[in-house]
Amino acid sequence: MTSEQAKSVTDGGPVVRLSGVDKVFSRGGQPVTTALEGIDLTIGRGEFVSLIGPSGCGKSTLLRLIGDLVAPTRGEVIVNGKPADRARRDRDYGMVFQAPVLFEWRTVEDNVKLPLEIMGRSAADRTARAREMLDLVELGEFAKHYPYQLSGGMQQRVAIARALSFEPAILLMDEPFGALDEMTRERMNSEVLRIWERTGTTIVFVTHSIPEAVFLSSRVVVMSARPGRITDVVTIDLPRPRGEATRESPRYFELVTAVREGLRAGGGLETDEPGLASPERTLAEGAVG
Amino acid sequence: MSSTAGAAGRSGIVPARTRPGARWARRIRYYLPAVVVFAGGIVGWEVVVTALGLQGFVLPRPSAIVTALIENLNSPRFGLLPSARATLVEALGGLAIGTVTGVVVALATARWATARGVLLPVAVAANAVPIIAFAPILNNWFGLENPLAKMVMAAVLVFFPVMANVTRGLVQVDPAALELMRSSAASEWQILRKVRIPNALPYFFTAMKLATTLSLIGAIVGEYFGGASLVLGRIIVQSSSALRFDVTWAAILLAAATGIAFYLAVVGLERVVIPWHASMRATETA
Repeated sequence: MTSEQAKSVTDGGPVVRLSGVDKVFSRGGQPVTTALEGIDLTIGRGEFVSLIGPSGCGKSTLLRLIGDLVAPTRGEVIVNGKPADRARRDRDYGMVFQAPVLFEWRTVEDNVKLPLEIMGRSAADRTARAREMLDLVELGEFAKHYPYQLSGGMQQRVAIARALSFEPAILLMDEPFGALDEMTRERMNSEVLRIWERTGTTIVFVTHSIPEAVFLSSRVVVMSARPGRITDVVTIDLPRPRGEATRESPRYFELVTAVREGLRAGGGLETDEPGLASPERTLAEGAVG
Repeated sequence: MSSTAGAAGRSGIVPARTRPGARWARRIRYYLPAVVVFAGGIVGWEVVVTALGLQGFVLPRPSAIVTALIENLNSPRFGLLPSARATLVEALGGLAIGTVTGVVVALATARWATARGVLLPVAVAANAVPIIAFAPILNNWFGLENPLAKMVMAAVLVFFPVMANVTRGLVQVDPAALELMRSSAASEWQILRKVRIPNALPYFFTAMKLATTLSLIGAIVGEYFGGASLVLGRIIVQSSSALRFDVTWAAILLAAATGIAFYLAVVGLERVVIPWHASMRATETA
């Protein structure tokens, strides 16, 4: 898909449709935490949707529901017109986590090839795809390096290349740049936008940074905590392609304010300061789901 | 698994290869203190024994031990070389049996939770038993002269650390790595082959370094309780009861050399098999 196509957000019906989804975590048969309640969300083909909210609002859980890494307690998750587990087995998802999760015994190129190996693609195809993906994330010359020889930002780009290697319909990203410094994060944001515009992949992106969500997304889904609910959906109408000028435009600040107000209305800003990457927060997220 | 922490500050450039001369100089600087201390210890031993006029049966001089070693390499009474060879075969056999069973049981416990529930408590309990005490029973079962008795003794000692470590390596995998594999719909077999086994390799080598020593202990202690006459354990028992402690020390020296050779072989193998592991990189920069 070209960038023009990527911009038309609802082409060809929804890629993700969640209706009436609840997620209750239980221990020993007893419900313990209501992570998500009454989630209805439709994501169109080629959209870039960010999930934002305070710690414990279940945004990571929501992402994992879409990716069939956790099952909903109630409601249904339809991806590409089929149940989420079917979509997972059809390899409709690419996943990028906060940590790069690269295998230290594999070179950069072999890490990118991993999903293709699992799918049983031919060696020639694997090599060609891996090369193409590494060029896409501008790491072609590091193909034969080992992960430890790369910086954190570069490792995360390898993880993105790996997630895109088999051309999944959806890219699920769980705070992928949360562990990076602010400068690297802004560079990675531009990188992700460039990749998104070139590949036309639908992206669902979990973040706790308001500026990041506004800069990247076509829509920002604002969530509140305990139980996790969608409180607001802010459409980001900033022109594309976005760049440094976008971050300085008045409309950008208006939208950042709109998202912040959405978070405050949901009670998200009392306890948290979104935009700051805090390790405790990710730990708390992990504890919930 | 590679984490962002620590790697973040590094540039993506591999350090340029240093000249071989400089590398040797660095290596010598690194090992020199250890060599000096070792040599100094031997010389000090020689000097102290001579100065105090200690009798050979209390503590022989290092030079006497070396003389006894050379004189008895192929002597009919204390054939040290054939003895060392026989003990080595027992230890190697035990190492092989213990390692293979340890790895197989570890794979089973990692694969099936029920196997883990049944086997792990038993293994932990068995590991607390001083297994070496069973040596006379094993000799009785397999026959005093049968090297298999010693191999089994060594194998039992080797089994537990190998099984425990490999199980840990197979099970303690980064949860995110499992999620990643699940998101690409990998089968259990693929997860085992591509994640669990590579993850367990460093644990395996840690266990092997322990296991080589244990296999020699198992073989030699097994021999203490009887067996063919030309094995290191018998030489140690017989020479000491004949008050030929110079020969006893020579036999211990050979056993130690065998143990060190074992260990170095494992370290060499480790470097070939898991050059990517962080511990390898540490030795590289040391």
